[in-house]
Amino acid sequence: MSTITIREALNQAIREELARDEKVFIMGEEVAAYDGAYKVTKGLLHDFGPTRVIDTPITELGFAGLGVGAAMVGLRPIVEFMTFNFSILATDQIVNSAAKMLYMSGGQFNIPIVFRGPGGSAFQVSSQHSQALESWYAYFPGLKVVMPSTPADAKGLLKSAIRDDDPVIFIEQERMYGNKGEVPDDPDFTIPLGVADIKREGTDVTIVARSLMVPVALKAAEQLEQQGVSCEVIDPRTIRPLDIDTIVESVKKTNRVVLAEESHPICGVNAEISMQIMERAFDYLDAPVKRVSGADVPMPYARNLENLAIPDVAKVVAAVREVAYLE
Amino acid sequence: MSKQTAAPPSRAGAEEQSSTSVIDTPKDVDPNQLARERDEVKERQKDRFAGLNAEQLVELYRQMLLIRRFEEKSAEAYVAGKIGGFCHLYIGQEAVAVGAISAIRKDDYVFASYREHGHALAKGMSARSIMAELFGKATGCSKGKGGSMHMFDKDLGFLGGHAIVGAQIPLATGAAFASMYQGTDQVTLCFFGEAAVNQGAFHESLNMAQLWKLPCIYICENNQYGMGTSLARAMSLRDISKKGCAYEIASEFVDGMDVLAVREAVTRAVERGRKQSLPTLLEVRTYRFMGHSMSDPGNYRTRAEIEKYQERDPIKLLSTSLLEEKIVDDKALAEIDKQVREEVEDAFRFADESPLPDPEELYTDVYANPIDPSRNRTR
Repeated sequence: MSTITIREALNQAIREELARDEKVFIMGEEVAAYDGAYKVTKGLLHDFGPTRVIDTPITELGFAGLGVGAAMVGLRPIVEFMTFNFSILATDQIVNSAAKMLYMSGGQFNIPIVFRGPGGSAFQVSSQHSQALESWYAYFPGLKVVMPSTPADAKGLLKSAIRDDDPVIFIEQERMYGNKGEVPDDPDFTIPLGVADIKREGTDVTIVARSLMVPVALKAAEQLEQQGVSCEVIDPRTIRPLDIDTIVESVKKTNRVVLAEESHPICGVNAEISMQIMERAFDYLDAPVKRVSGADVPMPYARNLENLAIPDVAKVVAAVREVAYLE
Repeated sequence: MSKQTAAPPSRAGAEEQSSTSVIDTPKDVDPNQLARERDEVKERQKDRFAGLNAEQLVELYRQMLLIRRFEEKSAEAYVAGKIGGFCHLYIGQEAVAVGAISAIRKDDYVFASYREHGHALAKGMSARSIMAELFGKATGCSKGKGGSMHMFDKDLGFLGGHAIVGAQIPLATGAAFASMYQGTDQVTLCFFGEAAVNQGAFHESLNMAQLWKLPCIYICENNQYGMGTSLARAMSLRDISKKGCAYEIASEFVDGMDVLAVREAVTRAVERGRKQSLPTLLEVRTYRFMGHSMSDPGNYRTRAEIEKYQERDPIKLLSTSLLEEKIVDDKALAEIDKQVREEVEDAFRFADESPLPDPEELYTDVYANPIDPSRNRTR
C-alpha cells in the first residue's frame, strides 16, 4: 500500500495501461507538453512520447469524434476533457456515435473508449465551469458512467474503464484531486465497474453519496455517531450500471435513507435511485426518502453564495436527523 | 479540369471553377446547347479510357446500374410500405461512390452519410443484406437495428451509415488516425453532402487531418441542395474545394457525373494518402434526380434544372462512351441490365421472405461487456 493523492492514482492508472497495451493512447487539451491542466497526465509525454500522449487543438467535438472513429477500428483511446463542462460541445459524438454504434450496427462495432476529466464544482469558477453532468450521460443506454471518490477507487476503476470494451464516462472531481488515501501497489489491481462500496457500516440510516459527497457524508456520519445515530454510507461508484441491490439491502436494514449529491435535484441521479428504492423497498421504509442536492440555480461566483449552493456536512446531518425523526 | 495533378497544397481546379456560377438554374432548356455540353463531357470521358481494360470499364458500368436499379426497387418497396422511416435515394449520384471506391483496396475504410445504399453496394456489400436491412429484417447487414441510414459491414470496411449531418467526418478522421498510429498504409474515404460543410465537425476534422497528417480523403458530394435549401441560400463561399485553403489541404474540383473523372481524382488522393500520409478534399459536383427523401415532392427545383442534369446522367454517359468506342455492344448492355435486374429482384425476394428480428434482440448489442452488478459483487 502507498498513500497517494487521487491525482497520482489516476496518473498511475493511465501510465500502467499505456505500458500494458499499445492500443491505448491519451489525447486532449494540454495533456502532453503542459503535463495536464490538472497535472493528471504529468510525465506521460516524457515516458511514452507524442504518438501515445497527444495535445489536441481546442476542438472538443472533433477530437471526441476522432477518438470514436479510432475505437471503431481497434484502438482504445482515453479522451481527456479539460473539464466535463467542455464535453457539452462533444455530446453529439458521445451520445449519437459512441453510445449507439454497437446497437445500430447490429453488434459489429463496439467502442472501447474512455472520456474522462474533472466534473462537478470547482473553486469560484462560476456557472459555466462548475456543473455536474452525470445524469445527462447516465440517461443513455450504451454508455457506462463512473465517479470515484477515493484514490484506490480512482485507480482501480480507471484501469477497469480503460480495459472495458464499451464507452465509459469517467467523471473525476476537481476539488478532490489532492485528497489522499491508501492504494494497493499491485499493478494488476482493478475494481470492477458496477459494484457499490460500503464506505462505512451502520444500522440506523443509510446515506447514499458519490464523488464529492462521500467525504461529506462520512464527516456527517462521524458527527451523527456522537449524537447516537449510526449511519451506513454507500458509494455507488458506478452510476450506470447502478448497483441498486447493495443500496436496497442497506435500506432494508436501516429503513431510512438520505441521498446526497452535488448536482441539481431535477431529473438527477438521486431522483432515479429514489424511484428504484420505492419500487423495491417501499414496505421497508419508516420515513420518506430524503434528498440533499446542489441548489437549483446556475453556480454563483461569490464565495458565500457558492458555499450555499453545494451541500455540506450540516445539510446532510440535518437530513439524517429528519428521516430519523429527531427534529 | 480534374486532370490536373494536385500536389499539396495546390487546389487545382478550384480557381478555374470560381469564375463560373455555382448554381446554374436555367429557366428554359435549349436542347442543342444541352447536347453540345453532353458531347463535350463524353469526349473528355473517352480520353480517360486509357489505363483501364474493357473488363474494368464494364464493371464500373455494372456497379452504377446495380445502384440505379436497387434504388428504383427501394422506391417501389417504400411506396408499397415494405420500408419504413426515412429513405434517401442515390439516383443520379452513382458515379461518385462507384468511381471513388473503385480506386481503393478492400482493406481501406469507407464512411458515409444517411444516403449510403450506393456506397455500401460499391464497397462490396450484397444487395440482399442491404435490402433486408431496409425491410428491417434479421438478415439485414445491421440485423434490422439500423435501417436505411445505418448500414455497416465490418469485414468489408464499411463503417456506416451516419445520420447526423457531418458526424461521420470526425469518425473517418479517427479511422485515418488509427492507420497513421499503427503505421499501415490504409486510407479512409469519407463521403458527405455539401450541407455538411457548414457544420463545425467538417472544419474541426480538416484542421486535425492536415495538422497530424492523416490519410483521410474527404469527398464532398455537392448535389447542390441540403434537403430543400439550395447552396446559394446556405453557403457564403460556394466553391467548396477552395475551403481546403483554410487548412492547407490539397483539394480538387471534380465532375461527379463522370465516373472516370472521380476515379482519377480519388486515385491521386489515395496516392497522396498512402505515400505521404496526407489528406485531400474533393468537391465532386453531382445531382440527385429524386427528392431529398421519399417524402420530398421537390417543389424547390425547376423541371428544366432536373432535365439539364438528366442529360448528363452518369450511367447514360458511360454507356454511350462504351458503345461509341466499341467496347460493348447493345446486346452486352442488355445482358448486364438483365443480370442486374435479377440481382435486385433476388434481393427483394430475400428481404421479403426473411424473418423479422427475434423480440429478444431488443436488448442485445447495447453493451459489448454487459455488467450485472449483482454478479460482480464479491461480498
